[in-house]
Amino acid sequence: MPAITSGNVPPSVAGVDRELDMTAHSSAIEARHLNFFYGEHQVLFDVSLTVPERSVTALIGPSGCGKSTFLRTLNRMNDLIEGSRCQGEILVEGQNIMDPAVDVVLLRKHVGMVFQKSTPFPKSIFDNVAYGPRVAGEKNRAVLADLVESCLKKAALWDEVKDRLTTSAMSLSGGQQQRLCIARTLATNPRIILMDEPASALDPASTDRIENLIGELCANYTIVIVTHNMQQASRVSHQTAFFYKGKLIETGPTMKIFTHPSEKKTEDYITGRFG
Amino acid sequence: MSPANSASLPASAVKPAINFISGADRHIRRRLLLSQLFAWACRLATYASLAILVVLLAAIFYSSIGRLAWDFVTNTNSTNPAKAGMLAGLWGSFWLILFTAIFSIPVGVGSAVYLEEIARDSFLVRIIKINLANLAGVPSIVYGILGYTVFRSSAAVLSRLFDGHCLIGVMGLFKIRLMKLPIYEDNILVGALTLTLVILPTVIAASQEALRSVPSSIRVASLALGATRWQTIWHQVIPASLPGISTGVILSTSRAIGEAAPLIMLGALTYTSMCPGSIDSPIELVTRPAQVLRAPLDQFTAMPIEIYDWSKQPDSRFTAVAASGIVVLLVVLLAINSVAMIVRHYASRRLRW
Repeated sequence: MPAITSGNVPPSVAGVDRELDMTAHSSAIEARHLNFFYGEHQVLFDVSLTVPERSVTALIGPSGCGKSTFLRTLNRMNDLIEGSRCQGEILVEGQNIMDPAVDVVLLRKHVGMVFQKSTPFPKSIFDNVAYGPRVAGEKNRAVLADLVESCLKKAALWDEVKDRLTTSAMSLSGGQQQRLCIARTLATNPRIILMDEPASALDPASTDRIENLIGELCANYTIVIVTHNMQQASRVSHQTAFFYKGKLIETGPTMKIFTHPSEKKTEDYITGRFG
Repeated sequence: MSPANSASLPASAVKPAINFISGADRHIRRRLLLSQLFAWACRLATYASLAILVVLLAAIFYSSIGRLAWDFVTNTNSTNPAKAGMLAGLWGSFWLILFTAIFSIPVGVGSAVYLEEIARDSFLVRIIKINLANLAGVPSIVYGILGYTVFRSSAAVLSRLFDGHCLIGVMGLFKIRLMKLPIYEDNILVGALTLTLVILPTVIAASQEALRSVPSSIRVASLALGATRWQTIWHQVIPASLPGISTGVILSTSRAIGEAAPLIMLGALTYTSMCPGSIDSPIELVTRPAQVLRAPLDQFTAMPIEIYDWSKQPDSRFTAVAASGIVVLLVVLLAINSVAMIVRHYASRRLRW
């Protein structure tokens, strides 16, 4: 298989050790033989994937290949869709979350999600970030204020909004709103953050900031990111999984996938022969 | 094409330039004319309805000239047209609307929340939704008959059970006093329950619309942050739909003020000089709390009923009285709609969309 030219070799995200020693990180998420159906229509076929702790895993593939569906099964958001059915096991921190006895509310507190289109609540910036802890039961104003400040700092938004925490979140720009959504997700203190194309609706400058943010966050959180943008996947992730028509074709370290993939389909997608 | 080659082309290939400005094309002129005629027809429709409204209002104000004065709203009804006033009707309507709101808001908003947020789409739920739309069109006198059969008869039974009175304990300053409250069959609560039935379909429909207008992304984001479904509804969905819900509630209530037919079916008094609970002025709401407890179980009359009664009088001097009554009713409706606008404005501002 011909080596892909240097134009595709991913530059390293600043400060992040790209060569991830897989043996040193235990798995945060392990999906085993996952089959997913919308009614009678099957969208995921026997998907098995391991996501190591404190790393960034990118899910790539053409439109409609099931990567967003797979992402949503990881915090059981697909339960909201009527008629959806899931077979198989997903182990998050060693526990099978497909078990009906699992408290999904608790699960979603620990597995946060950032959506493609930023959806701030029509409330103030403070109330947006404090919403997660509040519904979990935190009432102490001082604790909430500290939490809001630390999360906004982690999301690299504090300096821009610290003077106007009580103004509406809708007054922020698109990139700021997305960072607010990330801060909101961080406020529930999750272990795992799922991101569904977080920068696809943003301009390049905001995209750059979000990608740097991901690089900083992955030291403390496990991140799974779905992206259409292969260059973005190659920039931010340690591990990449390639989905095609509901099947997981190939998974492996990002450097390997983008320079010498094992499967022909993967190589075709990466070199742009389809997609 | 280059100038050197133009001489070699046949004449038919060279098209004359189009003059966009002359308006010479008659097909286009006709279409433009039709378009303008349509716009004028719409203007005519709008201004015609406005003109009819203005004429009606002017006629009413003109008719009311003889009687419209401040003592009209401070006097109660009397056989002397120069002294007849609307106080009993105003108070009756006040109590009616108060209790109608108390009954219809929880039931209406709760039903809308259930139908939109909680119920799974099943055959039964779909039947309910379709029938709610039908119920909004049922003539209100049908609800009057229903109210008579169910609510008034229940009140009669209760009244007889308690020998015409009910005893309630009232916390006085240092001790509990027992009070006798006379229960009338045709009391305010019965009227309020019937009016609740009348406006409930529209309250539910307006609340459903308001709930539907909240984007589903808000709900999904809330659930993804680890909120339960009830927390999502209470903290996100209801506050976001509050402007629409409050507008719907207030407008439905203002419709209820104008309803006479169901109340007459129930036996509301046509001629009375007594306000419910004998409360004549707003101060008495505070100074005579015992009467405040009596009022909901007391007989009543309402503004549209008094207007109807005056318009039926053979004495032509009562025309001015009836017209004054209509003016007062319109003022009250205007006040309520203004409240609706203000509430909606403040609720939207707090919402920070």
